[in-house]
Amino acid sequence: MSTKKNWPLWEVFVRSKNGLEHRHFGSLHAADAEMALENARDVYTRRNEGVSIWVVESKDITASNPENNGELFEPAQDKVYRHPTFYDLPDEVKHM
Amino acid sequence: MKNNLYKYILGIADNSLILGQRMGSLTGHGPSLETDIACTNISLDLFGQVRSYYQYAAKIAGDNRTEDDIAMLRKEREYLNVLLVEQPNTDFAYIIARQFLFDVYHFMFLTELQKSHDVTLSAIATKSIKEVSYHQRFSSDWIKRLGDGTELSKAKMQEAINGLWTYTDELFHQTEADKAMVAQSIGVDVTKLKEGYYEVVNTILNESTLEVPESKWFQKGGKVGIHTEHLGYLLSDLQFMQRTYPNMDW
Repeated sequence: MSTKKNWPLWEVFVRSKNGLEHRHFGSLHAADAEMALENARDVYTRRNEGVSIWVVESKDITASNPENNGELFEPAQDKVYRHPTFYDLPDEVKHM
Repeated sequence: MKNNLYKYILGIADNSLILGQRMGSLTGHGPSLETDIACTNISLDLFGQVRSYYQYAAKIAGDNRTEDDIAMLRKEREYLNVLLVEQPNTDFAYIIARQFLFDVYHFMFLTELQKSHDVTLSAIATKSIKEVSYHQRFSSDWIKRLGDGTELSKAKMQEAINGLWTYTDELFHQTEADKAMVAQSIGVDVTKLKEGYYEVVNTILNESTLEVPESKWFQKGGKVGIHTEHLGYLLSDLQFMQRTYPNMDW
């Protein structure tokens, strides 16, 4: 089976209900976008998890380099005033 | 009347049970994780439909039998499924071809069954048709991918279509129970589905660059309990626990 080529990897994003954003659910293999959608339906929404699916080929995602985490993320750690933690949120407001 | 309705329901449900068992046996054996889950999802859909039908049949029978009795305690000749669905999982091409040749029929059948004067059957049909619509999309898609794929995938797909073609005509045969139920507007007149069925199948085979088989000789018998040699093995798997430990429960 040395000639067997693996299908490319796809990232799957599912919107679990209307009004919410799509969230990353996981990844899978598929030959093309259409098959990726069908596979995502079967692999990730079998238990009624979603109302909408996005798929994107993993190679098309540009990711930050973990080596740069220091300069990218650490400066935000001591700036507590950037968080809206000084407001009281009513219980009815979910998903904030 | 009751006996005909009972047999009519089994005739529908047994197709889903046997095909569900075939697809379910792919659990952990599918060609990839994704297709494995897709095939076993189809199996679960079919088993769900079977339960509704058998529960209704058990009620019609009016004795103490349950859906499980109907599924597990019959002998080979008492199963009324078509020969097509009991054919083995020879390879992925056969699995897809069998599914496709059944799905096209199943979708057309349920479309008509929704109009049944029997409200339970009509309700089961309405609930099932969305699932079957997806099954047909899945299997048609794979027919096209493999048919219009590589030289090898095309050859395998064509062989599977040729091999199973002889079982398609039986889908449109009427049993005595069929005729009685059609006369009461409960059943679907399957003879009227035949032309539309071959139109859909031929169109998809053409799109897939596959040949429509020309064979005019067809197998029959499943609908009246005369099966191919494959059903006995399938049942010995399906019924193993009940045969080994009668009346076991968990």
